Amino acid sequence: MTHEHRARRFEVDALARVEGEGGLIVEIHEGALTDVRLRIFEPPRFFEGFLRGRMYTEPADITARICGICPVAYQMSACQAIEHALGVQVDDEIRTLRSLLYCGEWIESHALHIHLLHAPDFLGYPNGIALAADHRAEVERGLRLKKIGNRIVEVVGGRAVHPVNVKVGGFYSAPSPVSMHELATELRWALEASLEIVRWVATFPMPEHELPDHTTLVALRHPTEYPMLGERLVSTGGLDIDPSQWRNHFAEEHVEHSTALHGRMLVGGDYMVGPLARFALNSDHLAPHAAAIAAEVGLTAAERNPFRSIVVRAVETVHACEVALAIAEGYTPPARSFVPVEPRAGVGCGWTEAPRGMLFHRYEIDAEGRIVTAQIVPPTSQNQPSIEHDLMHLVEHSLHLDDAALEHLCEQAVRNYDPCISCATHFLDMRVIRT
Amino acid sequence: MTRPTVAVWKFASCDGCQLTIIDCEDELLAIAAALDLRMFLEAGPSELLDHYDLSLVEGSITTEHDAERIRDVRERSGLLITIGACATAGGVQALRNTADVGAFTAAVYARPEWIHTLATSTPIADHVKVDLELRGCPVSKEQLLATITALLAGRRPSVTSHSVCVECKQAGNACVLVAHGAACLGPVTHAGCQALCPSLQRGCFGCFGPSEAANVDALHATWRATGLDDGELVRTLLTFNAAAPVFADGAQRVQFRAKEDV
Repeated sequence: MTHEHRARRFEVDALARVEGEGGLIVEIHEGALTDVRLRIFEPPRFFEGFLRGRMYTEPADITARICGICPVAYQMSACQAIEHALGVQVDDEIRTLRSLLYCGEWIESHALHIHLLHAPDFLGYPNGIALAADHRAEVERGLRLKKIGNRIVEVVGGRAVHPVNVKVGGFYSAPSPVSMHELATELRWALEASLEIVRWVATFPMPEHELPDHTTLVALRHPTEYPMLGERLVSTGGLDIDPSQWRNHFAEEHVEHSTALHGRMLVGGDYMVGPLARFALNSDHLAPHAAAIAAEVGLTAAERNPFRSIVVRAVETVHACEVALAIAEGYTPPARSFVPVEPRAGVGCGWTEAPRGMLFHRYEIDAEGRIVTAQIVPPTSQNQPSIEHDLMHLVEHSLHLDDAALEHLCEQAVRNYDPCISCATHFLDMRVIRT
Repeated sequence: MTRPTVAVWKFASCDGCQLTIIDCEDELLAIAAALDLRMFLEAGPSELLDHYDLSLVEGSITTEHDAERIRDVRERSGLLITIGACATAGGVQALRNTADVGAFTAAVYARPEWIHTLATSTPIADHVKVDLELRGCPVSKEQLLATITALLAGRRPSVTSHSVCVECKQAGNACVLVAHGAACLGPVTHAGCQALCPSLQRGCFGCFGPSEAANVDALHATWRATGLDDGELVRTLLTFNAAAPVFADGAQRVQFRAKEDV
């Protein structure tokens, strides 16, 4: 009996190795795929609700709690948006320290995802611990790299999870030259290790798959830098806007099967953010070692296989190590660790590139500095519709697989996006129903 | 020695406390060797057993389904330890407890009728017996490792209950409240962070929740004598441990006195 002529139903109630809680339902009717839904059942926490009435000084700490994996992203987008509303311009030295802090988060988040969450899929292990039994040296190298990322966040931000040193206008205290000197020593090892990790992941067996042709890739763009603290938002469809124009081009939709809102472009529909999009739109701005290793493993701006996102993450890790090393080596304490900030009424928008993709914040602030309204658009909720379409495309071409193989492929495909469900809900149980 | 079976559970939370386990990079493979990790969805293991020797619980209870799930987790667990401010005090999402959840839902979601949530975010101990609570938003890696080590050695874990002030003195910091007039909750906040914020010239904002015998009224008098704002004290008390009774009641009394003075 072929799969085409029986009712097929497979079920992954709770997806593992993703951040937060969600599932997937795949429905196949008479051999034809009819629907793919990413279910997000992470309980809502209403951040945008309880930010109302709080002071402009608070979102940097409060929004960090949306996600324990990428708190720096929340802090950076919140500060940018609020500084925009209050007409605050930070000093170059402060912006440089923010870049270093962000490099730390990229390194720890990418190293975690590559080694413990994603590599086991390619190499046939159930999880990172099992992977370590056979590939101990590689996993230990990854953990050491992850630790250096966390160490950067500790030195600049005070704590690895939910840093305490970030404020609107800059930092409470500037790091000591001694701690930066020690970081530089660690980062010289990290840069070499990250290059080896690119060579390692580039050897992984890759499923043949490409994104549907209509998928628009969206990422920040900076005149000279690979974007972390980006300036403009650009797309493969020719979009080029500043943060205050976001609402003219994008919207969020509430769908019944998700406590995360779905992101949509007003013209063009679903879109994708994250490493693949960033690389496609910004590979010309990679640091020299990162650009060279990308060329060595054959990664180009035309890459559209989401499974290869693990290689992009590894290249971005090289980039982050290079940038961080340059900052740590050239460090002298700034003249001041923060610029003075005075409240005033205004609306501010800000965006930065979280490890998983663009994170947008918008605040409306009153004359006393109280938040009137807050809007937070995290990367995973923007990606949710395009993940569903990508999975639909993948399942349509993989219907010959049995349920177990199809389920495994789908779970792996979801992990290509390093989805952060805790972020998106403010995500995954999988079910395949064949009738 | 047979390795104890361990589960890590998530309720409403940011994943930061369970990430703290994964953040023990130097110890992670040793932890995985000493403990039999059977359920830890974020890291991969997902075996539903009838019994785990130890359950680590992250997050607060915000849905009817989760209220049922924690009772099921309790029944399957030998020791149950809560990790972090959400599990021990309801977390930042407990800010809904004194607000109109209907209004919050309507503020965030276009179709509030699709959202199923309780009006409150409550700590795990409001629902089931908890054997040990680890504080912090997030938990301290050192406290987590010390607790696991003690349990493996058959010792009772020792978690200090004094205030951040003690750690500040140990660190040799000048008092940011007295010397710099910084808005600091250190005198009423549970130790465990090694006086992180004051060491960075910032006032403590209470992310470890109330210390033993915390005296919010005395702190209020000091804030006023320093020229600090009542509203800021209320807001700071009502953030990451808003549903901890000592902070919630203390904030209420500050508000009451502020009104009396008007």
